[in-house]
Amino acid sequence: MFVFREVVAQCERPVMLYSVGKDSSVLLHVARKAFYPGPVPFPLLHVDTTWKFREMIAFRDRIADEMGLDLIVHTNQEGAASGINPFEHGSANYTDVMKTQALKQALSDGGFDAAFGGARRDEEKSRAKERVFSFRDRHHRWDPKNQRPELWSLYNGRVHSGESMRVFPLSNWTELDIWQYIWLEDIPIVPLYLSAPRPVVERDGVLIMVDDDRFKFSPGEVAEQRWVRFRTLGCYPLTGAVESRATTLPEVIQEMLLATRSEREGRVIDYDQSGSMEQKKREGYF
Amino acid sequence: MAHASSLIATDIEAYLAEHERKDLLRLLTCGSVDDGKSTLIGRLLHDSHLIYEDHLAALESDSVTSGTTGGLDLALLMDGLKAEREQGITIDVAWRYFSTARRKFIIADTPGHVQYTRNMVTGASNCQLAVLLVDARKGVQEQTRRHSFLVHLLGIGHLVVAVNKMDLVDWDEAAFRRIEADYLKFASRLGIDAAGVYVLPMSALTGDNVVDASTNMGWFDGLPLMEYLETVDVTAQVDVDTLRFPVQLVARPDHQFRGFAGTLASGSLRPGDPIVVATSGITTRVDRLVTFDGDLDVATPGMSVTVTLADEVDVSRGDLLIGPEHRLLRGHDVDAMVVWMSPQPASPGRQYLLQSVGGISNASIRTIHGVIDLAELDEVDRDRLELNDIARCSITVDRELLFDRYQDNPTTGSFILVDRMTNVTVGAGMLTGLTSGWERRPEAGLQAQPSHVTEAERSARLGQQPCTIVLTGMTGSGKSTTARALERRLFDRGKTALRLDGESLRLGISRDLGFTAAERSEHLRRAAEVAQLANQQGLIAIVAVQAPAADVRGRIRELIGPDRYLEIFLDAPEDVRRQRDQHGLYAAADRGDIEHLPGVTAPYEPPQHPDLHLDTATRSVEETVATIVELLSGRGFLNAGDGAP
Repeated sequence: MFVFREVVAQCERPVMLYSVGKDSSVLLHVARKAFYPGPVPFPLLHVDTTWKFREMIAFRDRIADEMGLDLIVHTNQEGAASGINPFEHGSANYTDVMKTQALKQALSDGGFDAAFGGARRDEEKSRAKERVFSFRDRHHRWDPKNQRPELWSLYNGRVHSGESMRVFPLSNWTELDIWQYIWLEDIPIVPLYLSAPRPVVERDGVLIMVDDDRFKFSPGEVAEQRWVRFRTLGCYPLTGAVESRATTLPEVIQEMLLATRSEREGRVIDYDQSGSMEQKKREGYF
Repeated sequence: MAHASSLIATDIEAYLAEHERKDLLRLLTCGSVDDGKSTLIGRLLHDSHLIYEDHLAALESDSVTSGTTGGLDLALLMDGLKAEREQGITIDVAWRYFSTARRKFIIADTPGHVQYTRNMVTGASNCQLAVLLVDARKGVQEQTRRHSFLVHLLGIGHLVVAVNKMDLVDWDEAAFRRIEADYLKFASRLGIDAAGVYVLPMSALTGDNVVDASTNMGWFDGLPLMEYLETVDVTAQVDVDTLRFPVQLVARPDHQFRGFAGTLASGSLRPGDPIVVATSGITTRVDRLVTFDGDLDVATPGMSVTVTLADEVDVSRGDLLIGPEHRLLRGHDVDAMVVWMSPQPASPGRQYLLQSVGGISNASIRTIHGVIDLAELDEVDRDRLELNDIARCSITVDRELLFDRYQDNPTTGSFILVDRMTNVTVGAGMLTGLTSGWERRPEAGLQAQPSHVTEAERSARLGQQPCTIVLTGMTGSGKSTTARALERRLFDRGKTALRLDGESLRLGISRDLGFTAAERSEHLRRAAEVAQLANQQGLIAIVAVQAPAADVRGRIRELIGPDRYLEIFLDAPEDVRRQRDQHGLYAAADRGDIEHLPGVTAPYEPPQHPDLHLDTATRSVEETVATIVELLSGRGFLNAGDGAP
């Protein structure tokens, strides 16, 4: 809450990146608490790649409506028009155009000088050193050598016009903290986090859900119904499901705690090349 | 993130309930490059079964390409960014998260290089405990001393000294005890409280005394590191008495509601509690403690609340709500320990932005009193601050700063300095108090206006040489009485004197000052400045003040000039002083009503080389005065003379 209020006090035009995932749900909940009894004093921005799970979009619209939030949905129109998709153009290329470039467009268009994100330091090696207030230059680039020291709770959010801050209020939360908080506070999340029979295809050991009829099957491939859930949510063709029978939150948490594999492993994009998350961040990815 | 508990499999809801109750320990690890810091953290996670399989698999493959130990290189688990991995060095603060059955932990891993003081200070600013690694073969090194100093400076009250690599000294107890004794000796020199220090022998490489007790060192009966970290009590440092609530935002969603949102830094808040708005000094009461989950009956340190007040008073971001009995220090000239974090050096006079919980102000470093030499742990004179320097400085701000000393409250006692052009954070500071008037320098460009009357002309007309007689002594030693009698005697002899009585000065020129050591010092500075003016007019100044501190008397002497300064120590046994005490100060001090009575509840440092040491119990006032006049006369102050006395 402290971090949210600091940004609102220091920055002129903050925005919250809303990915519809569980971290975003927690982020939104904390934001509502921070400004209670007032409303959330900034808009939410969702970068829609057009390949998100349908349930995510439905959930997003319902939440925005119920909570009376100012929701901005941005899609890279050029990218969409060019017909880029994660099946034919490679995950790296697709992610760059539809996520990284789209995000930069949206931030520049909105003139936002601060953007909240739900990233946590425990997710991935390069994030372990990320600041809470992460400075981005005019080109939204992150330079790990040019970050401001953060002492005590004195966050320095000053930027020149065109530059911006990415702010991570949940930096010091762990995955368990997130789940526990969702459970204790009864925070609504996308049902995809809970297990249900869903149509999936297995590719290179990763279970991909067939969420709509744009799915490009390889020769001989057919969708089969399996009990699966998702540990993280992104674009459906790039997000691996895990087989599970966990249909309640405590069961999901239990599975997670007993799991021997880390959370981001289900994400195809981190695997492209060694140090690839760091690379993406330098280019402006969250 | 990782966990290990059998409850997870058997009763997840019970585990979650347990996890919710766990407290959080933030700790910092520091040591030199090769002390095995990263290995230790890797070992803590590995031996607690807290590493994911895919991380472990990645680690195994990384160990082959860039490992330095042969076998599984646990250090690689900690080193994050690419460039660092290639250099084989950690160059920033990396954060690690894990929990055990008893506690949640956040580890700040900071580098050990000489040039990275900045990162260590950054990591340390949010930690409650520090683990300091010492190589058993090398013992206490310069790095160890350096890190201890920084940890102490940042106010971390708990320190674990892990004497690592015991495997390389054959688990030798004597080697360990030597290092332990060395360290404790050094720590006491720094002023570190030994109660907060835990020294243990360890090997991160083999795992001895990390998670499991060592089988190789049966002679050591202390806890292994992990168990110590799980059980050490760090709650004693939380201040629940002194209310400090920095207002972060004013919440005004509609015309009805006006609340002040913030995080309670210390003390507690309850509806109905009297509070003071620090800037204006206006007193009111807490009405409600509003949160999303309903109103609270009480808020404790660390909690985020929105406070509404009983009266409509002016409060804005940066204001502090405080308790009526614990006021803040306030002023434009402050002293601080500054850590410089920019490659661009800082020099006195340059303008920065100072950001604290109280908001943002223009600031400049006025004086650099001394840069800490971390190798020798003493101060060196320098006219500018370089990257990673730590210095005692005086700072001037253009908006009055309301603050606590850092050692009393880190939240209200810290600040950062921001470059106005680049917006980069270039320095960090820990406030130590208001700048004393002795050290404050006048604004540049001011000049004294010389007189048209010469010293010799004044001396010829007045038939005397100017001097300042300081009568020092404890309450009841006869200072005021002697001063009055001396003034009369000099007047009768045709001499012109100005009598400055400490108590009288407090009715006027020092009306704003109290009795703390800092305020006494300022009181005496004012008395000395006036005495010096009197001397310039050719007058003899008689200053009757307690002046309990030797260094302050030294400063008066310096200001007046040693040739004109006479220090007279009036002394009497305690029972005599108590008898003479009309104001009942001794009795009040005995009752605990007065905190700062020199000789009773505060120190009185007797002068070592006074010009006269007079026992007023065995002498009459007339005899005392006669002895002083004799001294003045003998030194030539009572003749017109030919210039210098």
